[in-house]
Amino acid sequence: MSAPAIEFNDVSLRFISQDGNATVALRNFSMAVAKGEFIAIVGPTGCGKSTTLNMITGLLKPTVGEVKVMGGTVAGIDPRIGFVFQADAVFPWRSVLDNVAAGPMFRGMAKAQAHELARDWIARVGLGKFGQHYPHQLSGGMRKRVALAQTFINKPEILLMDEPFSALDMQTRTLMQDELLSLWGQSGGSVVFVTHDIEEAIALADRVFVLSARPARLKQVYQIDLPRPRVMAEVRYDPRFIELSKQIWNDLRDEAVLH
Amino acid sequence: MTDMALPAVLSDEALAKESEAAQAKIRGRRYMIIGLRFAVLIIALGLWELAANKKWIDPFFYAQPSTIWAQIVDWVQNGTSQGSLWRQVEVTLEETVIGFLIGSVAGVFCGIVLGRNKLLSDVFSLYIQIANSIPRVVLGSVFVIALGLGMASKVALAVVMVFFVVFNNAFQGVREADKYLIANAQILGASPRQLTTAVVIPSAMSWILASLHVSFGFALVGAVVGEFLGAKEGIGLLIATAQGAFNAAGVFAAMIVLAVVALGADFLLTRLEKRLLKWRPASF
Repeated sequence: MSAPAIEFNDVSLRFISQDGNATVALRNFSMAVAKGEFIAIVGPTGCGKSTTLNMITGLLKPTVGEVKVMGGTVAGIDPRIGFVFQADAVFPWRSVLDNVAAGPMFRGMAKAQAHELARDWIARVGLGKFGQHYPHQLSGGMRKRVALAQTFINKPEILLMDEPFSALDMQTRTLMQDELLSLWGQSGGSVVFVTHDIEEAIALADRVFVLSARPARLKQVYQIDLPRPRVMAEVRYDPRFIELSKQIWNDLRDEAVLH
Repeated sequence: MTDMALPAVLSDEALAKESEAAQAKIRGRRYMIIGLRFAVLIIALGLWELAANKKWIDPFFYAQPSTIWAQIVDWVQNGTSQGSLWRQVEVTLEETVIGFLIGSVAGVFCGIVLGRNKLLSDVFSLYIQIANSIPRVVLGSVFVIALGLGMASKVALAVVMVFFVVFNNAFQGVREADKYLIANAQILGASPRQLTTAVVIPSAMSWILASLHVSFGFALVGAVVGEFLGAKEGIGLLIATAQGAFNAAGVFAAMIVLAVVALGADFLLTRLEKRLLKWRPASF
């Protein structure tokens, strides 16, 4: 069997804040994400969910333990990684086309070729007519589509997502979740999806990792055995879905009471 | 359902009539504003003229619109005591533009370099603040002593006036670059150089352009004050000469010439800004 896409071996992280105070953000965390697997990490707000993503990108280094990507220790930003942020991170001074073409062009592709590829991706996320628009002319959901196309055009083998849809309204979010699953289905990459929304985690993921309050530990891992392909608008009424969400809620409620 | 008639007031013709009425109202308001602006100007100038004629104020010290206008006409037709008016405008404008260009390019460059380097910016920010709080016009005397009565001393003063304003804004703009945009570019594969050109400079651009508006005015002040302190040509010298001859109308006339130059430059800069910032929402 080949190495997992992402591996955390008994990782702990001591975090030094701007004013020089040391705190423990993550404790004895182990996790292995297989190639092509979709996992979600949930936990109480501020517990250090995003910290795990920053260790995969190499932005943070584990104090103890080891983080491996594709079998190798993380050293700097791996070009096989894509990242979708919670905040709007598309470049406001670039048109949709130039935004989506940014990744390939940063990586040295010729402009004409990058634009052609970008047009293809813009069409795939349903923004075909908006290539020349600037981000401020688009709705929040459309900007997220730009962000997805911008990330997927680089063909990431590992996709990291930090509460990407939390700023969207309920209907748009549901649409974006379907969009994400279909893009992921075609790409075959691994996804680590951080969210505070339990239902979103269950609906999307193969496995859900529940973290405790700070300092975060791994509290529980849930195998989500709902069949794929899933349709967001329907899966949430599945009896198994409801059962899982009750269990995870119970886990998290204990954490919320403590703090 | 489908054959239910639309009420007459909502028909296409009715709506077209409504929009025409609304647009006419908007146009009317715009004309009214322009008319009121003219009225304010005419009343102000008229009161000034009247006050001078009635000797409420002494026209020897405070001049009056008609003599100022006569002075401008005289300069345009017969030239000034130091040569043609256009030559004076040209000299001052040349000093201003050269000073403005050198000062703003240097300011943008230093602002970006320092803004990108945490250590340098922490060390130098204090001194820049100090330098910024010194009234830099005073340096004009030094420049006139060191660089002489020619163009160099005026350009140097204009550069100093412009540099700090532009530098401060470029520096601030770079520091305020959104950290998510920077992280996004890095993960998409941007090298440090690409990060600077593709993210940092565009995001600092609105700060930089805002400072260019203010600093063109500063460059003009630098050039004029430099001429004032010692020169052979230029509008600053024109003002100094008029002052020496107790010609108040001459001082005001030179001031108006300067204002026209500044407004023209401002217009061009606004055009440039609109071009460079077309990605921004229209209102904010």
